[in-house]
Amino acid sequence: MTAPAQDIILPDKDLLIETRELKKRHGEGEIAVHALAGVDLGIRRGEFAAIMGPSGSGKSTLMNILGCLDRPTEGAYYLDEENVSELSKNDLADVRNRKIGFVFQSFNLLSQLSALKNVMLPMMYRIEDRLDVFEREERAIAALESVGLGDRLHHRPTELSGGQQQRVAIARALVNDPVLLLADEPTGNLDTQSSYEIMELIHNLHDQGATILMVTHEPDIAAHAERVICLRDGLVVSDGQDGSTACLAQGGVQ
Amino acid sequence: MTFIETLSMAWEGLKLNKVRSLLTTLGVIIGVASVILMLAVSAGAEATIADQINSLGADLVIVGPMRGSPGASKTFVYEDALAIEENVSHIVGVSAEQFSTQDIKGGDGALEAISILGVTSDFPEVRDYALATGRFFTYEENDRKTKVAVLGHGIAQDLFGGEDSFGREITIGATRLTVVGVMEEKGIVADVDYDGRVYVPITVLFQKFATTQVGSDRIRTAYVKVEGRDEIDGVMAQITSLLAERHGVDPGNPDFSVQTQQDIIATQEATTEAFRDLLAWVAGVSLLVGGIGIMNIMLVSVAQRTREIGLRQALGARPGDVRLQFLLEAVILSLVGGLVGVLGGIGGSHLFGVLGTMRTELVPASIPLAFGASAVVGIFFGYYPATQAARLDPIEALRRE
Ligand SMILES: Nc1ncnc2c1ncn2[C@@H]1O[C@H](COP(=O)(O)OP(=O)(O)O)[C@@H](O)[C@H]1O
Ligand SMILES: [Mg+2]
Repeated sequence: MTAPAQDIILPDKDLLIETRELKKRHGEGEIAVHALAGVDLGIRRGEFAAIMGPSGSGKSTLMNILGCLDRPTEGAYYLDEENVSELSKNDLADVRNRKIGFVFQSFNLLSQLSALKNVMLPMMYRIEDRLDVFEREERAIAALESVGLGDRLHHRPTELSGGQQQRVAIARALVNDPVLLLADEPTGNLDTQSSYEIMELIHNLHDQGATILMVTHEPDIAAHAERVICLRDGLVVSDGQDGSTACLAQGGVQ
Repeated sequence: MTFIETLSMAWEGLKLNKVRSLLTTLGVIIGVASVILMLAVSAGAEATIADQINSLGADLVIVGPMRGSPGASKTFVYEDALAIEENVSHIVGVSAEQFSTQDIKGGDGALEAISILGVTSDFPEVRDYALATGRFFTYEENDRKTKVAVLGHGIAQDLFGGEDSFGREITIGATRLTVVGVMEEKGIVADVDYDGRVYVPITVLFQKFATTQVGSDRIRTAYVKVEGRDEIDGVMAQITSLLAERHGVDPGNPDFSVQTQQDIIATQEATTEAFRDLLAWVAGVSLLVGGIGIMNIMLVSVAQRTREIGLRQALGARPGDVRLQFLLEAVILSLVGGLVGVLGGIGGSHLFGVLGTMRTELVPASIPLAFGASAVVGIFFGYYPATQAARLDPIEALRRE
């Protein structure tokens, strides 16, 4: 899996995500923390991978860089065959808008807006192929229906359960047809029943061809993924199809 | 992201804190209202001055007792006006004036507390004020204290209706006088109701209607009409030395004043200018305070909504989108303040007019001006908070509680 880090190597067409010697340092000098110490990672189109590892191992840092919210200190990151580690702030915003769907642990819905308005938000920031308000509403309704919330369009987040809020967030993540769905502990704030429903939803998306990368602490949640990538001290220490066992053997997930 | 979308989003943002948003605009409200009021007061003052020039007549020298000089009102007397008429060259006429308030009767009517103005026969010419019917009283009639009266247009209407009043009798106080003429309609000019007065020979006023205030020979003002503009300085010098000699005072420190219309207007301009300056100051300070208030509230808003900003960035908002959203919130705030301020300014200038404190004339152009000022305040003071919002790092912002 790990390819030698050389800039002349062209990005692999089968890979949606390819990183080379990805490093991230937080802070300078004595207080500097090397959150990522050289990560080489390839994620194929249509793959569903879980990222595990103990707290502080760099999972969120990796997700932020892969989600184009942050830039690596060193190394290259190809998303959909484009070197995004060199893009400007505006271009990064556009990549986030068109190619990436985020699902957060804490839902991050805007409390003053209805479920429908929340889902319409990403389409508002679209630069290319802009839709008019009616098309946007139609698509947002379709997205909410696809997550089973067709009857909750005009509810505010406070009027919805945690599981329902997370489903609104998933609808929002999908509405711009992203190539990649990133979920950082999507079930971290949910009870068992809601977690189960959310995982079923994510599983279905994967079956329909979505590429999904998900951070989790829980082995039974990770078990939904085809592949588990295990981080420790900013490095990939195991990566394979045998679930969370290898990762647990490497020193646990918490 | 279109402008309209950002606008409606900014509006949503403001609705999060309605009361706070409204209070923030108070400074802008006062500032904008002051701008409108200030311009209305200046326009009103200019209109008053224009009226005054019209009502007094041109090329006048105005002589009166020195204001604020004790006892001066007693020393400026009718004889002084006669002396001016006799001795000063290059003058057309002199109108000495004094007034008294009396009840009058005539025809079927009776009127209370009417201004009786004692003047000399030169009055119509000196004051550019013609007759509608009949004639003014003559020099001789004044000299002989003949009991004649000329009515203001309104008084003639009130006492005799539309009928010809020539030769009719009226009673002023306890004195009967014969009406010889009616002045043309003039209305209220510079706070004086010309139509609501009765004009009598000043000698008659002294003889019949003198009060302890007026005495039997004191005059309030003598208007001296000069042959031409160029003669004004010479005439003023002649009057000053004549009266100084008559009163036995130092011409450098007289108990009388000799002024032109320009002098009087200048004093009035100075008063309104002082008021206008005060309003300009209030407007400036309020707009500044209002702007700082807006900046403050927007900084608070950015801090409170950091997570929202981070989320919007994660969903694809560019820094420019975030900046525009918060800039528009600031501008909406200041424009709402501007709108209320405009209404307040219009109401305030109306109130000034009604209360008679000061004449005001609303300047239509001041409304877009005031709106523009509030928009500028919003943009200027909203820019910094909006830029702070746009500069936020999406990860830092998302992590914030
Ligand atoms: N903004 C930051 N500033 C300084 N250190 C950071 C920052 N973000 C993360 N870190 C550090 O980097 C390391 C990796 O953090 P993170 O990626 O959040 O780990 P995880 O998500 O696996 O718990 C930790 O030691 C954390 O303290
Ligand atoms: Mg984390």
